[in-house]
Amino acid sequence: MSTPATRRKLELGRVGESVKRVDAVPKVTGEFAYSSDLFAAGMLWGHTLRSPHAHARILSIDISEAVGLAGVHAVLTHDDVPGDKRYGLEFPDQPVLAFDRVRYFGEPVALVAAEHPEQARRAAAAIKVEYEPLELVVDPELAADQPAIHPQHWTQGHGYRDDPRPNVVRDMRIERGDPDARADVSVEGYYELGIQDQAFLGPESGLAVPDGEGGVDIYVATQWLHVDRDQVAPCLNLSREQVRIHLAGVGGAFGGREDLSMQLHAAMLALHTNRPVKMVYNREESFFGHVHRHPGRIWAEHRANRDGKLVCVRMRILLDGGAYASSSTAVTSNAASFAVGPYAIENALIESTCVYTNNPPCGAMRGFGAVQTCFAAEAQMDKLAAELGMDPVELRLRNALASGDELPTGQKITGSMPVEEVIRRAAAIPVPDPEELPRDPIRLPGGAGNTTRGDGVQRGVGFAVGFKNIGYSEGFDDYTAARVRLFADTDGDLVAEIYCAAAEVGQGVTNVILQTARTELELENVMLAPGTTGEVGSAGSASASRMTWMATGAVQAACRAVRDELDRRGGGLASGDEIDLERIYRHPRTGPLEPETGQITTERAHVSFAAAAMRVVVEVDVDLGLTRVVWIGTAQDVGTAVNPQAVYGQIEGGTAQGLGLALMEEIQTRDGLITNASFTDYLIPTALDMPPVVAELVEHPEPEAPFGVKGVGEPPTVVSTAAVMSAMRAATGRELNRVPVKPDDIVFSGS
Amino acid sequence: MKIELSVNGERKEADVWPGESLLFTLREKLGLPGSKNACEQGECGSCSVLLDEKLVCSCLVLTAQAQGHEIVTVEGIAEDDRLHRVQEAFVQTGAVQCGFCTPGLIVATVDLLAHRPEPSDDEIREALSGNLCRCTGYQKIFDAVRLAARA
Repeated sequence: MSTPATRRKLELGRVGESVKRVDAVPKVTGEFAYSSDLFAAGMLWGHTLRSPHAHARILSIDISEAVGLAGVHAVLTHDDVPGDKRYGLEFPDQPVLAFDRVRYFGEPVALVAAEHPEQARRAAAAIKVEYEPLELVVDPELAADQPAIHPQHWTQGHGYRDDPRPNVVRDMRIERGDPDARADVSVEGYYELGIQDQAFLGPESGLAVPDGEGGVDIYVATQWLHVDRDQVAPCLNLSREQVRIHLAGVGGAFGGREDLSMQLHAAMLALHTNRPVKMVYNREESFFGHVHRHPGRIWAEHRANRDGKLVCVRMRILLDGGAYASSSTAVTSNAASFAVGPYAIENALIESTCVYTNNPPCGAMRGFGAVQTCFAAEAQMDKLAAELGMDPVELRLRNALASGDELPTGQKITGSMPVEEVIRRAAAIPVPDPEELPRDPIRLPGGAGNTTRGDGVQRGVGFAVGFKNIGYSEGFDDYTAARVRLFADTDGDLVAEIYCAAAEVGQGVTNVILQTARTELELENVMLAPGTTGEVGSAGSASASRMTWMATGAVQAACRAVRDELDRRGGGLASGDEIDLERIYRHPRTGPLEPETGQITTERAHVSFAAAAMRVVVEVDVDLGLTRVVWIGTAQDVGTAVNPQAVYGQIEGGTAQGLGLALMEEIQTRDGLITNASFTDYLIPTALDMPPVVAELVEHPEPEAPFGVKGVGEPPTVVSTAAVMSAMRAATGRELNRVPVKPDDIVFSGS
Repeated sequence: MKIELSVNGERKEADVWPGESLLFTLREKLGLPGSKNACEQGECGSCSVLLDEKLVCSCLVLTAQAQGHEIVTVEGIAEDDRLHRVQEAFVQTGAVQCGFCTPGLIVATVDLLAHRPEPSDDEIREALSGNLCRCTGYQKIFDAVRLAARA
């Protein structure tokens, strides 16, 4: 036997270095297996029959013709759900398959498994469902006075402010200081946001494989494997151990994969037929398959003194949660918590309400409530600057939040909060000079459409600042588990295998995990085992910009435990020996908000905060209402950048999504029915829509976080909608209080 | 109906129905899932392949139309197990995040550089405007194309 294996010098891939993605090569060659690429011998195809009504009673479902069609192996309805008939991310208000009534357009009603996907589609079309339309609840301002969509008040009794009105999901207020405090000047505004879709490119899909012993393995694209399992198992009437969720390749997520889509349905079909069942939504179905960003209506009043100091902010926020609760209660609270923006304020009254309607269900999307209020609050700050005759950047600097300040909830910021530096750094990035005319039409609003030679084109420069929480809030018991198995390979070298169920959704957490392990173990040979509920505890969700912080903390803790054990054994392992330890990491505890005043009940309601500032240059053809975003410069508070290349990628991509909400992205509905469920009609930014983005990282390590990290995914999306709209108002001189802004708003709306 | 076509230099046969798209045949019958299905109506470019050296959305081509033609998919871009310079550039620059758009963008970039070996920034943006990416904001994709053009 050779000498025991020991650690070798580390060459590559520590925390803080730009490291190439480990999955990049299989992704550029086409070999990477996404959830829609999976295959199993004898597999059937599943398909979902969905409601054509936004609100209707189900009188009868007749499957007799469908079951007799060629190739069909199963047709299932709510009668076939083996266990609990309802599930939900936070409240079990959503039927596995609709019974009694449907509450939104596209709600799942029945399932088919067949040998060919086309056979499954045809069989679904042969199911006869008799509906009786019910009164529609589609205007969020009327919802609380209309008949309840859910007779059971699911979200009541969970420590929120008591509100017995029908259809109220959550109603909250944050009251700070004297909400009637007067000041030298006051500006008021009303703002509106449409429904934004995550529009991840890889539609909902996955494969369910029965294990032959009554259990099931589900391979799926998701953001949180264990919470999927915890929702699926009771509805299948199985134990948690009998349901194993495995992470398949994820084609983007952005919040839209927090809730279940096809997981339960494919598993029901697989268990019923005893065959593997694959389900893949098409693009239209994907618009029905996940929750969206809450549309909002916001009334705001900002009061300030002549010197620019904010005195009082009053805001009323109304969010349309659609037919099911999803994460609406947390979005309602987040919208309120970040309503003022990253500014110190002594007096505030923030009222935030979310209602059930028969519109598309809404839940998590990148920015999670803070996007909506940042758009309104930053428009207010621009208005205030104009009223005061003050430079908008100067006004923001004068009110910039800093460590030691208190938020409107009374929470004192104890960690890093470099808002002033973020503003100064973003404002200092040189803005490009206006381009001369004539020029190639591709560099004019309207682009290749060749709609102008420069006549009617006006340039505008805007600025905005935004911030948001990192991690889960309000007392949620948030943790991440990681397991490290250290062993000696056949060459006598030490190898570490990491188990962590953190969902790699494209953001790069795989590299973060490997970099952390390499740094902690000082080992080159580190690999990450596939994500599964079978081998390791919960990682929590790849949401709330939390995954880098939490995975880093858990992997660090497990690595340190393994390192200590290795030292105890003399620093080496004999061939065949191994150390295998699992550790759980928790971020600092948070507590709930007092329901009537929205004030903290413990030291904090949120864990940590990250800010971003952004300057945007646009050119707008004010005759045709067409826009070209020319340039974006931004600075972001990132704590410590674990993999700087990936951080820049998050900033650029997050910026694009906020630009999309400002200028083009909206799910349109008529009486609750989605009218644009396609990429032809729901537009997302293309290569021609995105300008150059100059990004700077502001690195102030977060004292309580492992390696000083912060999350980086959401702040760019929070700030960019507001920043683009600031530039749009500067270019047009119009109020433009609704996003996405439409050409007619630019040409015809009020100034 | 039986269709014969060349895929990545190999002669292939497939039994297809008349309405079957080339994308479906590639993914489900020929074991080539690299081309992605993200919209199935020619808006996103995720299914881009070369058909007789022309860039097409394979979701909009019927397999029956490809009878006797030569198809190159993302799986056929690398040469002898070595990454193509376009693939290498996407890896180096961080142009890949979730990667669902990447196969289509690799094929579209190979096509662009075949016709315009030194494209301007505007030409890059226009040439890739038929390929949607939701993760990257395109900045690093542009970096990748510039790097590949220089290589």
